[in-house]
Amino acid sequence: MHEIDLLTIVTESILKERLINDLKIAGVTGWTMTAAQGEGPRNRRVSEVEGGNIRVEILADPHTVERVWTMLKDSYFSNYAVTAWQSKVQVSRADRYLGNESHG
Amino acid sequence: MKTRISSLLGVGELNSTVQYDSNVDFGTSLSMATSNVLSVPVLVFLLGVISVRLKADLRLPDPVYQATAIYLLFAIGLKGGVALRASEPADVLLPIVVAIALGIVIPILVFVVLKWMTRLDGIDRGAMAAHYGSTSLVTFTAALVFLDSLDVNYEGFMPTLLTVLEIPGIIVGLLLAKKYASTRSQVEGANSRDSNSRDSISRDWIREVILGKSVLILFGGLAIGFLTGVQGYEQVEPFFGGLFTGVLALFLLEMGVLAGRRLSDIRTAGVGLIVFAVVFPVFAGTLGIISGYLAGLSMGGAMILGVLCASASYIAAPAAVRLALPTANPSITLTSSLGITFPFNLIVGIPIYYLVAQALENWFL
Repeated sequence: MHEIDLLTIVTESILKERLINDLKIAGVTGWTMTAAQGEGPRNRRVSEVEGGNIRVEILADPHTVERVWTMLKDSYFSNYAVTAWQSKVQVSRADRYLGNESHG
Repeated sequence: MKTRISSLLGVGELNSTVQYDSNVDFGTSLSMATSNVLSVPVLVFLLGVISVRLKADLRLPDPVYQATAIYLLFAIGLKGGVALRASEPADVLLPIVVAIALGIVIPILVFVVLKWMTRLDGIDRGAMAAHYGSTSLVTFTAALVFLDSLDVNYEGFMPTLLTVLEIPGIIVGLLLAKKYASTRSQVEGANSRDSNSRDSISRDWIREVILGKSVLILFGGLAIGFLTGVQGYEQVEPFFGGLFTGVLALFLLEMGVLAGRRLSDIRTAGVGLIVFAVVFPVFAGTLGIISGYLAGLSMGGAMILGVLCASASYIAAPAAVRLALPTANPSITLTSSLGITFPFNLIVGIPIYYLVAQALENWFL
């Protein structure tokens, strides 16, 4: 087993396509998306009409995760309802998630 | 079943089958109009609003909500397509041109009027313009159900006008906001709240508006209805026609909950916005009715065009505005369009537009 970074992003479902696109630009090669419900400090969003929130989980190398954080800070945090957190998780087949660095 | 299909066939046979009495007195039409409040869809909507007050969550599960929205859009498109095929192109062309013109003029009016009435900045006024320039499928549908219940005929191709009016208003509203933002960022320097990454945003919103799910389903339904005609429609009529009002009622339960949640925000909206959300629809509705008559529509058709102009979008426009104008405050636009204008139109607006259309009928027809 190997230790690897797990980045979880919960945000407005309206941003689905844009977020996935930006993640790919940041070098993310895989993600898991589920529907999410919840409430945050903003508590008012159009997603109420458009299908709630999404929760996107990414396993990646530290550099890619760093690029995603930068992307979130630059284009998402100020205007949209976003919660994101990072944690260490144990995975087998770590090379599956630590894609080649030249991607970024 | 036959009567419903024949009522789709539009203006061609309208002249021979006018079923309402244009000489009914005001009191009679008023009582017909107030019966609107006692229709199942409207009462279900009120149930949704009350449920929020009672803290009971009657929201439909998300997939069900999505499915009913798809059903309504497709059913409306399909019926419209069948009727469009049966219409003379010459009868449809002028109303389409008029609808596009209204789709451009109304958001500009919203942008200007809100400057007088409120202290909203150009970004929020542009967002409001996008919402009020676009249309509400459910208000439109409720108006059709209202006219059907009174046996008033209308041109079957009206869903074509719904499709046509859906997009221009959103684009004009967003352009107004963008223009305001770029003017202001020139004045104030690069620190303006909408100056960052504007290029990357414009790419997404154009796609969102033009290829938005709701427009695609509505347009797809129109095309399929047009291609298959009455024969094709007969095969699916029990599902898309017979169940229609019932599904609409279910959808309105959801809308009632969403509108009910906005009610508490109305207090914070400010007098100007509240007055706007009630008065502007009546003004825009009257403008639509007059334009409808000038475009050669029947009384029912002119009233529906009025409803289209009076209604504000709360599905397509919020999505596009959220992507294109991230700094616009969704709480303002949704409180206004979903919390005030939508219930107003559904409960008292539709009868008002009917009475206005009736009152103006003698001037034009």
